[in-house]
Amino acid sequence: MSVGVEGRPSDSKVVFYNDPRIRSLFFQLLLLGLIVALFWFAYDNTVSNLRKRNIAQGFAFWDVEAGFDISQTLISYSAASSYGRAFWVGLLNTMLVSLVSIFFATILGVIIGILRLSRNWLVAKLAMVYVEIFRNVPLLLILYFWYRGVLGLLPEPRESIKLPADILLNTRGLLMPKPIFGDAFIYPLIAFVSTVILGAVLFWWARRVQARTGNRPNAGLFSTSMIIGLPLIVFFLSGSPLSFDVPVQGRFNASGGMTLPPEFVSLVIGLTTYTAAFIAENVRAGIVAISKGQTEASQALGLSHGQTIRLVIMPQALRVIVPLLNSEYLSLTKNSSLGVSIGYPDLVNVFTGTVLNQTGQAVEMVSVTMLVYLTLSLLTSAFMNWFNRRVALVER
Amino acid sequence: MSGQAELKFIRSHFSDPLPPPMRTSGIFHWARENLFSSVFNSVLTILILFGLYQVIPGMIDRLIITAVWTANSSKDCNAELLGHPVGVCWGFVNAHWGYFVFGQYPEHLRWRPELFFVLEALGLAWLLVPSIPRKDWAMIYFFIIFPIVAFFLLNGSETLGLTPVQTHFWGGFLVSIVIGTVGIVISVPVGILLALGRRSHMPVARSASVVMIEFIRGVPLITVLFMANVMFPLFVPEGWRPDPLLRVLVGVALFFSAYMAETVRGGLQAIPRGQYEAAQALGLSYWQMMVKIILPQALKIVIPGIVNNFIGLLKDTTLVAIVNIFDFLKVIEASLNNPVWRLSQRLATDHRH
Repeated sequence: MSVGVEGRPSDSKVVFYNDPRIRSLFFQLLLLGLIVALFWFAYDNTVSNLRKRNIAQGFAFWDVEAGFDISQTLISYSAASSYGRAFWVGLLNTMLVSLVSIFFATILGVIIGILRLSRNWLVAKLAMVYVEIFRNVPLLLILYFWYRGVLGLLPEPRESIKLPADILLNTRGLLMPKPIFGDAFIYPLIAFVSTVILGAVLFWWARRVQARTGNRPNAGLFSTSMIIGLPLIVFFLSGSPLSFDVPVQGRFNASGGMTLPPEFVSLVIGLTTYTAAFIAENVRAGIVAISKGQTEASQALGLSHGQTIRLVIMPQALRVIVPLLNSEYLSLTKNSSLGVSIGYPDLVNVFTGTVLNQTGQAVEMVSVTMLVYLTLSLLTSAFMNWFNRRVALVER
Repeated sequence: MSGQAELKFIRSHFSDPLPPPMRTSGIFHWARENLFSSVFNSVLTILILFGLYQVIPGMIDRLIITAVWTANSSKDCNAELLGHPVGVCWGFVNAHWGYFVFGQYPEHLRWRPELFFVLEALGLAWLLVPSIPRKDWAMIYFFIIFPIVAFFLLNGSETLGLTPVQTHFWGGFLVSIVIGTVGIVISVPVGILLALGRRSHMPVARSASVVMIEFIRGVPLITVLFMANVMFPLFVPEGWRPDPLLRVLVGVALFFSAYMAETVRGGLQAIPRGQYEAAQALGLSYWQMMVKIILPQALKIVIPGIVNNFIGLLKDTTLVAIVNIFDFLKVIEASLNNPVWRLSQRLATDHRH
């Protein structure tokens, strides 16, 4: 066996079917062939099946009149609107319920996560019981619990439960005062936006002064009072251009205000209570992951308890928490599709439910729905990755 | 005075010893430390104890003391008819127990699902209890022998003399467990294959695995179930008519394979490169390297992740109720509509269905 220039056998005795490159090419072609064949098989069958069942193909249905009503709409919609419009209504409902639930679940989750670390034994154990119950029960059951078990027991409109701040609770859902903005409301709004910008500038200036001299000017209190105070003053000067349409309890019915349907309320409560349990565990994991030496070192430096948490523990804990929160938000958005089980008109309910039943175009409906969730997932994770990079540990 | 400071104070007698600490052990010390360590904590403790006192006696009363344990219809649980306050109607659960567990599985054939439960419990115990030896046989039993036996046991087979039972008679806990088991048995091997594909050097295998994993992980399970339910029958020739339960099983298995793949990938990435290189230096082929060297180590690392996936899978089996499979949750819901057991009180959210 002679040895070639690069130290490899030049007249290799390896048979061609034992050459790794040829083998790899062969297996990849085989796999590709299998995938293509599978897709062709599915495509061919689908076309012939649809033809036999007289089901249309393509997206011509998009502009056809829908002919059904949707109980909760963020944009104007009626039975005369098109299927395309119904799609947007469903998508907006999904996004609304996801955003609202993410907001509340984060707050509740952080609180419970911190409570689980409380030095008070009862508080910690109660938080633990909460987490274990909600983490280990299927979300669907939790939704049924809130929808049927709790909201199902609400009284008729004429016997509405009155909550503080003019909120009524009855079979029609949660009736809240509806804000009505006058024309002059633009002035306090301008005042608010400009003070926020001014506050940001002040904050930036304070950081620069601190970097130069080591002393931080106390701009926080001034900014806060300015951001709250000035818009309030402008608000009253411009003649209080904000009023509320308060729901009124009539003899047989309640009217006015804005109504949050029970489906929406129970979906938000269900998603919030379920996801908060997971977020609480993530927050706890993040805080526990910070070594005790960090706390002791910052105490030795003379930082107060609040400063220790705000300046030392939290920035490090966030590095652990943020990637975990990212996946919780993603799964919450995907879990919001369970609203279909309690009749919340989200994307899955409207599109893969009603529209699919009316048109029979299963392939289009399911593909569009899946693509929307895929896009939402990718967008959320892109945003959270960006945020994660900002809080991540900067290494060499 | 050179260098010596003037002494201002010299202690002339011993200071009194400090009193011993009140208690360093026992229940009072524990309560002081954990319940009443500060004013704020004391207030919290008292508030919580008061809240528990408000809730727990009422719960015990409703769940146990005034609860009705045996009943034949909703009349036996009606407080107005009975003339005394009534708590939870356990009689309802009692009367429906068989339906909750087996659905409409024929009563004289229920020994078959019962045997299935026993076989499954044996397999799981063998797999999960560390002190039982021969885990390799346990794997073969649980992933190959048990599924085949279970299929003939539940579905029946004329040649074996077991009366066939069609899947629309299956229901309740049985269906939940069947879906969970099929999900586990299929998602582990398929997940391993997908994970290997994702780490493969072959571009086609890698991109096919990545697309499939990321696609499935990006969509909710319910849309995959809808796809399995309405699109899967379109994908196959018209005569096949896949069974509704089978469609859902395909969807669930596909969905959890993607999640399992990501878990396994974590394990594969945790194995040091030297292990791969050593295996290659020994002249092992790709599959020998994976099966004999890499996977045994990788899978051992990700056992907690796999168990987490199983728990998630069991919880998510409830979703099949939405596509009209009579799982545990759905049969309970269905039994609520039984006219004999109708609730005396109509729920506010009932009219919407």
